[in-house]
Amino acid sequence: MLKVRDLTVYYGVIEAIKGVSFEVNEGEIVTLIGANGAGKTTILKTISGLVRPSQGEIIYQEQPIQRATPRTIVQSGISHVPEGRHVFSGMTVMENLEMGAFLRKDKEAIKEDIKKVFDHFPILEERKNQDSATLSGGEQQMLAMGRALISKPKLLLLDEPSMGLAPLFIQEIFQIIKKINEEGTTILLIEQNASVALEIATKGYVLETGKIVESGVGKELLESEAVQKAYLGG
Amino acid sequence: MRILNKTNGIWMILIVLSFGLLQGAILLGLIDAFYEITLVTILINMILAIGLNVIIGFSGQFSLGHAGFMAIGAYATGILTKQFPNYGGMAAGIVVGGIIAGIVALIVGIPTLRLKGDYLAIATLGVAEIIRIIILNMGDLTNGAAGLSGIPYLSTWYIGFFLAVVVLIFAANYKYSSVGRATISVREDEIAAESLGIHTTRYKTIAFVMGAVTAAIAGSIHATYFSVISPDQFNFMKSIDILIIVVFGGIGSLTGSVIAATVLGVLNVFLQPFGSFRMILYAIALISIMIFKPSGLMGTKELNISSFIRKKDKSENKKREEKVR
Repeated sequence: MLKVRDLTVYYGVIEAIKGVSFEVNEGEIVTLIGANGAGKTTILKTISGLVRPSQGEIIYQEQPIQRATPRTIVQSGISHVPEGRHVFSGMTVMENLEMGAFLRKDKEAIKEDIKKVFDHFPILEERKNQDSATLSGGEQQMLAMGRALISKPKLLLLDEPSMGLAPLFIQEIFQIIKKINEEGTTILLIEQNASVALEIATKGYVLETGKIVESGVGKELLESEAVQKAYLGG
Repeated sequence: MRILNKTNGIWMILIVLSFGLLQGAILLGLIDAFYEITLVTILINMILAIGLNVIIGFSGQFSLGHAGFMAIGAYATGILTKQFPNYGGMAAGIVVGGIIAGIVALIVGIPTLRLKGDYLAIATLGVAEIIRIIILNMGDLTNGAAGLSGIPYLSTWYIGFFLAVVVLIFAANYKYSSVGRATISVREDEIAAESLGIHTTRYKTIAFVMGAVTAAIAGSIHATYFSVISPDQFNFMKSIDILIIVVFGGIGSLTGSVIAATVLGVLNVFLQPFGSFRMILYAIALISIMIFKPSGLMGTKELNISSFIRKKDKSENKKREEKVR
């Protein structure tokens, strides 16, 4: 579904991503793990068109998208949940979700999809008329994910959904991610919390200072020496 | 949403009512020629503040050059109505002024609004000054520093009132349209907006151009009501005056801008007898608002009639329920 080939990204003179290649197949949960500064977020931003690569290719459904605008990328079915809780404060939960449908015109189907999001995140329905700024951190993360789901993504890019959340909340969010995946959305997940991410992932890649140093099947990767040494600090 | 629902109906009634009250006061002589000038000044300031609020309040960009766009409208209309001293000339002036202001805003906006941060403030500060200097040096066309005089008195307070209502309705509809929502989402969180496929530069530019065009409209009324315009009327302080109204009323609140323009206009008249002491009292009023209500009179909220209706319905429902018991 998504093929990244030899991706190189520069921030000014600094080479942040040094020729990264990986693949996401339809129906999978693929995770990129790595410490701070490994380049995880940059890769995600490059896929969704927020950052331009200097070299390499991003092929999505047989089409190169590395030169496309964020808008056409969203339209083609890739939805990005940015790191941190980027909700529109000053708008209610409902209005936030409606913003997710910005590029859609089918009103009835949007209502259906909002209902589906409420099925995944019942707490959002309870809070639907509340200003999104008054939500807790975990609820805001749920809202950001729910909003991305409204744009009907085929591929959902998640940037550190566990950031700053209590362990209990992390478990809940990851269960929901798994459920969303089971319902047919392919997921590319970026995490620092390697153990939780690899728990649900079909495939994992370990990133270290802009390069992929190890890859493998989710749970096996957790045991691998490279992960232990390079990332988990064991 | 229906156009003729309860809320819009009440707004219409409010608008007609305030028009009737003003007209009555003028007929009864409560508003004499002097107060009528104040009234028109308030209406012009209202249009300016609403326009600036679209830029600052909705798109979250800071503009310090609103007076420059006002000058474009004023001079376009002044020059045209001196050639064609009728309403056709004035309408042409409003259109031409609006178009020129819009184009200038586009030229300034597209490069600066691509950047994140307050670059627009610096750019507009410069642009307003450039516009003023150009007008100063356009020879016979603008008559340099002396300015234009003898512009036909075409504007009345009716025209001011009508255009203020039009601009207000337009801005209110914009706020609740999908374009407006997109603009506000850019203000709230640019990254999230971009990740949803919203073209951030485009919506910031739309808001900026709209603000510039409304400023030109206000300038057109100014020129044809006061008949005399000169470049120094549209200096940096004028931009700040408008900014004060927006901040006083609440950034992002249209009804706040309307109320603030009125309150500050009336305050100015009442402080007239105090002479230069007036500026001190005016400043005290502004400072106390900033201390006691830092987000302005209305904050980001609007005077919300539909919530009044809802509250009333709720209390009626309660009464009914109690009766049933």
